[in-house]
Amino acid sequence: MILNQFLLLAAVLFCIGVYGVLARRNGIMVLMSVEIILNSVNINLVAFGAFRDNVAGEVFALFVIAVAAAEVGIGLAIVLLIYRNRRSIDLTEADLLKG
Amino acid sequence: MTPSGVLAASASGGDLFVAQNVFFGVIALVMIVSAIRCVTTRNVVHAALWLVLVLAGAAAQFILLGSEFVAVTQVLVYIGAIIVLFMFGIMLTKASMGDDDSVATEKRLMASLVAVLLAVVMGIALIDSYSDTRVVIDEPQRFGAVSDAIFSQYIVAFEAVSVLLLAALIGAIVVARKE
Repeated sequence: MILNQFLLLAAVLFCIGVYGVLARRNGIMVLMSVEIILNSVNINLVAFGAFRDNVAGEVFALFVIAVAAAEVGIGLAIVLLIYRNRRSIDLTEADLLKG
Repeated sequence: MTPSGVLAASASGGDLFVAQNVFFGVIALVMIVSAIRCVTTRNVVHAALWLVLVLAGAAAQFILLGSEFVAVTQVLVYIGAIIVLFMFGIMLTKASMGDDDSVATEKRLMASLVAVLLAVVMGIALIDSYSDTRVVIDEPQRFGAVSDAIFSQYIVAFEAVSVLLLAALIGAIVVARKE
């Protein structure tokens, strides 16, 4: 296998995730797009780990998975709080800090 | 640290390389199509189900790369826990259950422009840097090696992640609790 095929797949997934973060207005959809981005990073880490024949890539992929779990927990709690206060999770309406 | 994975393709392993590449292509196609459907579908529940396909595809790629432990963790944590969390989030915010009303076309256009530009830049950089580099997996990474590394070299980071998870748990309860 060529290293580049994994890196290019991860790059394409990253861009799809960036599109989701920028284009969607639903807060939960934005969190899902962030998950796609974090997964593409994991593919990169594991591919480089296999390429270097080194466990560091896998170890950091595991850390990324743990941090992603924490991020989703907090993110969903914030989305629930926004929903409870505004009866909507449309992120374009949550512009209190816009000034 | 010697890059012993960098080996020229041996002639005897040719069939294995073909099989690996075929599986890679099929899984990559499924992942990309599911990811595009996930970020463009109007139904939030369908988006979560498409996300399951993306995550399962990533786990399959990890197995292809010989990292079984990361693949198992991916299935347990992502498909087992995070998707369920998303489903609960979707159910608890039921106002948006149906159509995610029209995304402004202008916004969508700008977002796709940014994504395509980013893809072109990253693609050119990657093709320029790693065009002929091969990955050769002689044997899967052992669980023992991974856990040895976590509990010796990366023990501080491991403890920090433990505290982070605890803080996130308490933080989520505090944020989402009803007064």
